Amino acid sequence: MADAGKDKGHRWLEGKGAWFAIVTTVAIAIGGLVEIVPMFTVSAGPELLAGVTPYTPLEVAGRDIYIREGCYTCHSQMVRPTRAEELRYGPWTRAGEYAYDHPFLLGSRRIGPDLQRVGGKYPDAWHYEHMRDPRSTSPGSIMPSYPWLLEQRLDSADVTASVRALRISGVPYSEAEVTGAAASMRRQGQEIAAGLAPAGLHTAADREIVAIIAYLQRLGRDGKAAVAASSALTTTAGG
Amino acid sequence: MVSAGSGSLEAARLPLAQPDESPYDDRIVKLFLWATVIWGVVGMLVGVIIALQLAWWPANLALPWTSFGRLRPLHTNAVIFAFGGNICFTAIYYSLQRLLKTRMWSDALSRIHFWGWQSIIVAAAITLPLGLTQSKEYAELIWPIDLAITVVWVVFAANFFGTIAIRKVNHLYVAIWFYMSFVITIAVLHIVNSLAIPATLTRSYPVYAGLTDALVQWWYGHNAVGFFLTTPFLGLMYYFLPRVAERPVYSYRLSIIHFWALIFLYIWAGPHHLLYSALPDWAQTLGMVFSIVLLAPSWGGMLNGLLTLRGAWDRVRTDPVLKFYVVAVSFYGMSTFEGPMMSLRAVNSLSHYTNWTIGHVHSGALGWVGMISFGTLYWLVPRLWNRPLAYPSWPTLHFWLATVGIVLYTVSMWAAGLTEGLMWRALDDTGQLKYPNFVAIVDQLHPFYWLRLVGGTMYLVGAVMMLWNFLRTVRAPVVEAPPAAVPAAA
Repeated sequence: MADAGKDKGHRWLEGKGAWFAIVTTVAIAIGGLVEIVPMFTVSAGPELLAGVTPYTPLEVAGRDIYIREGCYTCHSQMVRPTRAEELRYGPWTRAGEYAYDHPFLLGSRRIGPDLQRVGGKYPDAWHYEHMRDPRSTSPGSIMPSYPWLLEQRLDSADVTASVRALRISGVPYSEAEVTGAAASMRRQGQEIAAGLAPAGLHTAADREIVAIIAYLQRLGRDGKAAVAASSALTTTAGG
Repeated sequence: MVSAGSGSLEAARLPLAQPDESPYDDRIVKLFLWATVIWGVVGMLVGVIIALQLAWWPANLALPWTSFGRLRPLHTNAVIFAFGGNICFTAIYYSLQRLLKTRMWSDALSRIHFWGWQSIIVAAAITLPLGLTQSKEYAELIWPIDLAITVVWVVFAANFFGTIAIRKVNHLYVAIWFYMSFVITIAVLHIVNSLAIPATLTRSYPVYAGLTDALVQWWYGHNAVGFFLTTPFLGLMYYFLPRVAERPVYSYRLSIIHFWALIFLYIWAGPHHLLYSALPDWAQTLGMVFSIVLLAPSWGGMLNGLLTLRGAWDRVRTDPVLKFYVVAVSFYGMSTFEGPMMSLRAVNSLSHYTNWTIGHVHSGALGWVGMISFGTLYWLVPRLWNRPLAYPSWPTLHFWLATVGIVLYTVSMWAAGLTEGLMWRALDDTGQLKYPNFVAIVDQLHPFYWLRLVGGTMYLVGAVMMLWNFLRTVRAPVVEAPPAAVPAAA
């Protein structure tokens, strides 16, 4: 019988450790290869959104803090294409918006709201107060306070190393942008610190709070602009 | 961990228990067993702490190293790799030697594996609260630790395949197939997902960007569940369940189909973590379809486990080990039904990002992984130490605490998940958001967060009772013959 023959074949395999390991490896490799390999050809070029640019050094430093504090354990960065999500957060997220995200930070949980469109939603001063005491800006929030971000300093050697590593990972920074990372970080930090002063918030430009504000204010802005530009084009073409 | 005094007593009365004369290395089994129980309590304790932080935010303590965002990865890593990993190694070192009728290939490699793995866990417990992380879920550990994991895994794999090479029986039993898929697949997943460019000693950036990185991560993350928390535990089930029940596995044919279908299909299902994301549609659809097909081999395995108990059901009433096993296999069946259902796009659009996912994970983690581990530990300790448990009635109490705890946990998280999922998407008559204030929705979840805390605490208390029971057991006097089974509760 065919079944008996099949069993006999498997019995043989059960006596061969090396062959068993090889067949197992093939069995577990197929699915991953089929799904992952095309991503390198499909998503690299054509899905780049015009207008999406790499993070500035200060934003990279802010993103590193976002990762360090585990913000992604409570906040997603992916607006799904449904009416309710677009009403709550803004335009749904396009693949090309993540082109320079190493690592990706889509998140898997919304203990707090999605942050993909948070850039530009609130003034810098709001973020400053929110990090110091979330309940001062969002009554009832269960988010932890992050007072240490107001004290701890940014490390300019560190940010240069980060930008250099990101360049090797494939983010198109120029050599000048790598060597000028620390200066760029200082410059942008001073702008944000100066912008906070009128609200009565006085901070040095090299504090971590400045970097996390820079990153949060950047989140999703390029994508939103690109989406607005392309829908304007569509409307024009349609009209 | 066994005092020298009781060790020599053992040697005098039970020459076979002497490591040098025993055909098998059971000392390594005992080491991994202690690591399992101790890290299990630690990992579950961190889980209870972060559950409290969600119910009552001041428990974050306004300190960097105690805030939720840093402790949550510590919880997941501790329970998966410290508790889950060590029980897999305990079971593999115990059963592989017996199935192949040979001692492990190299005692030295066994020790390097043990101490290497525990060092990695300690490194994780230090670095994660310091905020040193790569942020990829269940792959958070920084690149130097990733390298150490690779080395230790190669050591384990060499010892595993070396033992297969020197085996004294030709036939490889089904449990070993599942162990083998664990050894091979985890190596592949870990290496591919961890490829990164170091910036400093503690920071690196993945070579993949954006959605490619997301797909690689969830191929890893989903299969960490598949090949770290499922296949080795199925191997464990195929070895220990028939031994405890004293019945042969229900169907050899079914075990062949179960194995090959499961490992082939599982790998494809990762993209179901990215439904409705900007991941290409074809990848999302593949993930969804394979997740649904995966129900078949999963339930095949569950049935093979449950039907192995035919003719032994009367013993489930009295034997706490079998109680743990029956509930474990049942939860395996429930969570492998729930998973494919949540992979349907329509269901996922409601469940994704909510506490429903947390409930689903814990019905698998607490129900399947935890319960089958507890049962196995209660079966192993009296045999490895040749004496009855110090508190023979406690396992049954532990069983009920854990079972009720899981029910409170999963039911509260389902309710919380449905509540927030429905409130996020609710629209009023004019087509605008009915609950535009996010915090107002969070407010609704507090009762569920407290209830979950109660369930999780019950589960933790059970684990602490087990630890205490074992600590007292190994200090008790040795008996002449190994006990037949764990005595039933009065």
